[in-house]
Amino acid sequence: MVQYMTTRLDTSFAALSDATRRGVLEQLGRADASITDLAEKFHMTLTGMKKHVGVLEQAGLVTTKKIGRVRKCQLGPRRLEEETAWLERYRRRWDERFDALDKVVEELTRKEKSDERKNRK
Amino acid sequence: MNARIESEPGPVKNRTTVERKSDREVVVTRTINGPARIVFEAFTKAELLKRWWVPKSMGMTLLSCEVDARVGGKYRLVFDHGGPEPAAFFGTYVEVKPYSRLAWTNEEGGEGGPVTTVTFEEKGGKTLVVLHESYPSKEALDAAGTGAADAMVETFDQLDELLVALGESSGQ
Repeated sequence: MVQYMTTRLDTSFAALSDATRRGVLEQLGRADASITDLAEKFHMTLTGMKKHVGVLEQAGLVTTKKIGRVRKCQLGPRRLEEETAWLERYRRRWDERFDALDKVVEELTRKEKSDERKNRK
Repeated sequence: MNARIESEPGPVKNRTTVERKSDREVVVTRTINGPARIVFEAFTKAELLKRWWVPKSMGMTLLSCEVDARVGGKYRLVFDHGGPEPAAFFGTYVEVKPYSRLAWTNEEGGEGGPVTTVTFEEKGGKTLVVLHESYPSKEALDAAGTGAADAMVETFDQLDELLVALGESSGQ
């Protein structure tokens, strides 16, 4: 398990350590693209781009699918999972915070109401 | 980019929703059971803010809390998060409209930190709080998680887990 984790981290870091590969991820964030498109965009040979995409694919950051003679690339499944996990983490923090705020506000509101009653007497 | 997560509706507890509006913005909404005036005070008075801003479940202790909620006024919160040094979070209030709107900068990360805007809307004795965090870049938001303090604790938690896992594997 640890080995799996470390390997996965290593492949992710390795995948992201290269400026071209980061550029490819950015590009795919905007729209899916073929390896040929990417090679042109980054002024590289087809072989060079294939290697980069291979590294990203191994890290789970990109998936590719062969449609006819063209290999289409898109962002991998990890992105969505991470996005969801990120949002849930964010939500939980604020939820805890607002639960605590609710208690404070309810207490103050109650206190104010009882003070009003006292003042009316 | 409109992923949205909501908590389960409970019988009493109000729902907190989080929505990532764009690459750089997150919006949190929550209805609080009390008038806007009191909710606003809970945001702007130090002695009240420190009672809820860092609930126990966050695993941090608030060491000090200074708030000067006027336009141009500063706030400064110091936390003990279990690390070697306490962490300070500070910034400046840029908008203060009593009972309806509040905005502050988050300056602990240097220039280009996020700006937090909160609006308070009262309806039938309850207040809808909409908190908007706007980051200078997508990267800054991704890194933030829940504001630097929380992200840091989470980082330490993850590091702890990793160390435990590594320790177990080396012991085998």
